[in-house]
Amino acid sequence: MESFVNRYRNLTILLLVIFAQFLLLAVQVKNDQDVRIIRVWTVTAVTPFARVVELLRGGSVGFIRNYILLHDEDAENRRLRDQVGRLKLDNIFLKNELNTAERAKALGVFQARIPSKTLAATVIGTGAGSNAKVVYVDAGSTRGVERGMAVVTPDGIVGKVLAAYPTASEILLATDADFAAGVVSQDGTVRGTLKGQGTPLVKVDYVPIQEKVQVGEWFYTSGDDRIFPRGFPVGVVRSVRDSQPFKEILLDVAGLEHVLEDVLIITQGVHQDIPPTPVADQPVYIAPPAPDEAKPAAPAAGGTPPPMTDADKLRQEYQAAGEAQGHKFGSLQSGPPDFTGIPTTLPRNPARAATPPAAAPPAATPPAGAPAAAGPKPATGATTRTTESTRHSNQANGEPTGGKQK
Amino acid sequence: MGYSSGRMLLSQSDGPVSRFRAWVFIVIPLLAILFQVYVPLFFPILSFLEMPLLVVVYLSLTQRSQVGGLLTGALIGLAQDSLSKNPLGMFGICKTLVGYFAASVGVHFNVENTVIRLFLSFVFYLFHQVLYWVMQRMLLAQQPAFDYQSWLLFGALNAVVGASLFHFLDKLRATG
Repeated sequence: MESFVNRYRNLTILLLVIFAQFLLLAVQVKNDQDVRIIRVWTVTAVTPFARVVELLRGGSVGFIRNYILLHDEDAENRRLRDQVGRLKLDNIFLKNELNTAERAKALGVFQARIPSKTLAATVIGTGAGSNAKVVYVDAGSTRGVERGMAVVTPDGIVGKVLAAYPTASEILLATDADFAAGVVSQDGTVRGTLKGQGTPLVKVDYVPIQEKVQVGEWFYTSGDDRIFPRGFPVGVVRSVRDSQPFKEILLDVAGLEHVLEDVLIITQGVHQDIPPTPVADQPVYIAPPAPDEAKPAAPAAGGTPPPMTDADKLRQEYQAAGEAQGHKFGSLQSGPPDFTGIPTTLPRNPARAATPPAAAPPAATPPAGAPAAAGPKPATGATTRTTESTRHSNQANGEPTGGKQK
Repeated sequence: MGYSSGRMLLSQSDGPVSRFRAWVFIVIPLLAILFQVYVPLFFPILSFLEMPLLVVVYLSLTQRSQVGGLLTGALIGLAQDSLSKNPLGMFGICKTLVGYFAASVGVHFNVENTVIRLFLSFVFYLFHQVLYWVMQRMLLAQQPAFDYQSWLLFGALNAVVGASLFHFLDKLRATG
């Protein structure tokens, strides 16, 4: 026996080592438990080196940026980037609130409510497998990180904490095949389960084929999974296909579109409402037109005049002209009013003004007593005369009619 | 086989006797693991590189000791397992076998030739990927894709990188 072992010593050791690892594997799979101590050792051993490498990288990059390339701009850029990140989060929160309540009420609610508590962390490494969809961050259990906590960026969800070690945490990215989360479409009608596929695109599963989902539609966390608070953006639909028994919906994960450097771990989640409509489709507020400088608006008695459109002003002018002639609008007994001499102050289209209006020939005489008839010369008449003289001048010079009209 | 003054006997065959300094056996695998967890973070295009595997192949080929090779593979594989989300032992078993077979090849063949190194890196990469795929299906009941086209392409790329890496690592050993 001894000679047999000596003869096949290498093979025996190989089988022993393989058997030991099979045993280790079997224990983990059978009990669905990890041999944590080995991972803790490795992570604790590797993390300091990863930190040093990250420090060196950040230091050298920072040095080059700060002192060689962009002496002051980098600090400003970082400040603005932080500000943009904060504003994005505030924006999401405000948008949700403003869609559910009045502005004042929403502001009051916003001031009174505390948003999700988060913990900032820096990504210091990825998983060791070539197809790994996990990353390591520099915040661990000593800073309050626990297994199962949600990880987000201002752009959207990133993943969840797979394991929390003393000095670091392992984050399972949303693109990993083992990742799942409850999601809901922006209009709240379609619910599904987000599943990673090991590729950049993730799948929304369990959506019946009769549901309507459009490409470009946004999906948000539903909060059903008890990991992600409701209302965080997940991603935008890239493709939708009918398949049996469920729709095949593929999403781009918004939080993973850029290189991950800093993330937020949600230590205390606060559910939020989902914005009902995309930003691009929201109604646009149009301000009233600027007051006409040539004709200051007559202030209303005891207050500022109400805002008027050009059509309102035109109507007012015609109404005033009719009333000045004693015409009673809406009555058949009074004769038709003469509007030919109305000196409008509204801006006219030069191209249209260049054509002599058939209804208002130059010879037309404004009726006596018409408002503003004795005032400055009407703009239309002046324009018409200018047009006529220019045309005669052009014809005399052999130029085409209206050639110099601007 | 004697190990004296921080130097390890490398060759057991008739070839030139080469020694590695002891720190190489710690620092090189550690750097390979760090590369694997850190570089793809900023250069995702490099995630196809299996640096720990290349280091296992190189150390086993040059060590020419089957026990040394399999232990090197087991330790590096378990370290890689610890930093991945898979159960411990997946990479460990694969790299143990890679280390053993690479050392066996190193005992019988001259592995100083670049073409042979290219070929061996390519073959061991494919062996590693196929074995890992089989174990995922058989032991973890997962359904990974049999993406042989990517394996062939990445195997070739890893072989090229491996040959260059081996050339660099050769400079770390002292010939005597």
